[in-house]
Amino acid sequence: MTKFSDLTRLPDAQGHFGPYGGRFVSETLSFALEELEKAYMSLRDDADFQAEFDRDLAQYVGRPSPLYHAERWSEKIGGAQIWLKREDLNHTGAHKVNNTIGQALLAKKSGKPRVIAETGAGQHGVATATVAARLGLKCEIYMGAEDVERQKLNVYRMRLLGAEVHPVESGSRTLKDAMNEALRDWVTNVDDTFYIIGTVAGPHPYPAMVRDFTAVIGREAREQSLVQIGRLPDALVACVGGGSNAIGLFYPFIEDEEVAMVGVEAGGDGIETGRHAAPLTANAPSGVLHGNRTYLMSDASGQVSDTHSISAGLDYPGVGPEHALWKDVGRVSYVAANDDAVLEAFRELTRIEGIMPALESAHALAHAKVMAASMRPDQHIVVNLSGRGDKDIHTVAKLDGLEF
Amino acid sequence: MTMNRIDQRFAALKAQSRRALIPYITAGDPAPQYTVGFMHACVEAGADVLELGVPFSDPMADGPVIQKACERALKHGTRLADVLDMVASFRETDQTTPVVLMGYLNPVERMGYEAFVRRARDAGVDGILMVDMPPEEATAVAPLFTEHGLQSIFLLAPTTSPSRAATICAHGEGYLYYVSLKGVTGAASLDVEAVARQLAPLREMTDLPLCVGFGIRDGETAAAVGRVADGVIVGSALVSRIAENAERPEAIPAALKAVLSDMRDALDR
Repeated sequence: MTKFSDLTRLPDAQGHFGPYGGRFVSETLSFALEELEKAYMSLRDDADFQAEFDRDLAQYVGRPSPLYHAERWSEKIGGAQIWLKREDLNHTGAHKVNNTIGQALLAKKSGKPRVIAETGAGQHGVATATVAARLGLKCEIYMGAEDVERQKLNVYRMRLLGAEVHPVESGSRTLKDAMNEALRDWVTNVDDTFYIIGTVAGPHPYPAMVRDFTAVIGREAREQSLVQIGRLPDALVACVGGGSNAIGLFYPFIEDEEVAMVGVEAGGDGIETGRHAAPLTANAPSGVLHGNRTYLMSDASGQVSDTHSISAGLDYPGVGPEHALWKDVGRVSYVAANDDAVLEAFRELTRIEGIMPALESAHALAHAKVMAASMRPDQHIVVNLSGRGDKDIHTVAKLDGLEF
Repeated sequence: MTMNRIDQRFAALKAQSRRALIPYITAGDPAPQYTVGFMHACVEAGADVLELGVPFSDPMADGPVIQKACERALKHGTRLADVLDMVASFRETDQTTPVVLMGYLNPVERMGYEAFVRRARDAGVDGILMVDMPPEEATAVAPLFTEHGLQSIFLLAPTTSPSRAATICAHGEGYLYYVSLKGVTGAASLDVEAVARQLAPLREMTDLPLCVGFGIRDGETAAAVGRVADGVIVGSALVSRIAENAERPEAIPAALKAVLSDMRDALDR
């Protein structure tokens, strides 16, 4: 047994990851969460459900996604070899679809005709609208009004897919407010509605369920590493907002102590400026938001802080509770990449490898670049390229002084 | 230890065969200096228990009316510490009306439970209702609350299963807050007959007073609910009056009193 083997047995029956996680929700939702937990626990070990899930991932999503050796970029950096887990090649262009496929199947099996979701960058919204279209489910998406503005393309994609997109004007008008509004919808329409949460946060069983649906990333990456590298990689790097793509990559490696893991949060203008979205890196105190206890950016009186990041998908003041525990026990280290380094990584990968990463994923790339430079050429880093960058073209163009 | 003010109040009401009138206002709305005056106005209009909302940046269970109340209060920087000061100030002239703090957990987490229970007790708070802290998550801190004479008020909902209801009844203190409908605060009108049906089995499980909130708008709904429940909780209907008069706060006490007096009369009729 390894030092970290007990981490694979979490959460406990109440959904706790050590002091984190749990089910901090108003009473009206308790029944829905109990039902969901029961449905998920029974289907998790159901061979037919798993077969259907795997078939959808293969034939609809296009899995397995490749593990690509970014040779030119590695050579330019002049250190470790960088490998990209190409989640950007999934149908809909990001890792989010792995989870939405799983949850939408669950919605259908639970007999819920309507699904709702919150979205930041819009990737989860698009992935939800996509599977809803395919399964004939009514779909409504909540998105912060500020994000609606900076992610117009994805908003239109969702509408084309038949989803109704509600801009959320309350609070900071970003991801956390979208989640508040989705929870309000759910509490009102709990009888016929399935809430497809897009990250490893929220009340139990969401963090565990989303992790399990997303862990296909790490399972594939582990096998591919053994074949393509000939051994396990030295390090894994992934960006962390709520933390679903990072959990998806890390979880199957959690007992492989020789594999270092780094989660890269949104440093925004820099941790020292306070304008960031990096609760773990900044050692934010623990708090309760959206149904779970975790590291949470809030002021001294407990009001949740406004966050800042160039990428809408990481613009969240909390983080999945399992990450909070992994930080505390030292299994994963968490760092931040600032907006300017992120943009540089975005441009570099585009120019050198012909791969345009999502700005979220570019956080992981920015840190991988720093790490690789201090490592040897016979060492290997696997980076989760969690999504493609098409949706961010407007943001980047604007910085170049262009408007479309 | 002497009997908690909440228990005292409900015992007295029961002896008189009266129903409790429980107003909710958000502390610090429209500005912190008015809240204590509003609390007294509520009592003058016949309130039996006061629910004082602790403003929070992310009020997930609240509709637009109370969301905006939180925003107005936070604009003036109303913190949990300020809310406790308001209760202390209220207690200078009212030592009998029970005060329940209602809100979300994070401000309490940030203050720290030890500090919070001490300061709440010293300020004269009687009960705590944290919307996002169901009994399962309260087990660790419940003894601390009890030790400081703070009663834990829990919610029950139309979706609560019988087994959960039993757990909640077993852990609840003071009174149980029955949420009359699926939705957020300030939502559509409630169905009194459905509420009556749902309260009946709860009577078998507990002797705690059953108070009903969500959808109580006026004297008529209050009276209808009062026929099946031990108390009515009115929030958004009052907070709307505060919002309408936010620019002339001196008119608010009378506006609150008008709503509450109407309900008081209807309940006592």
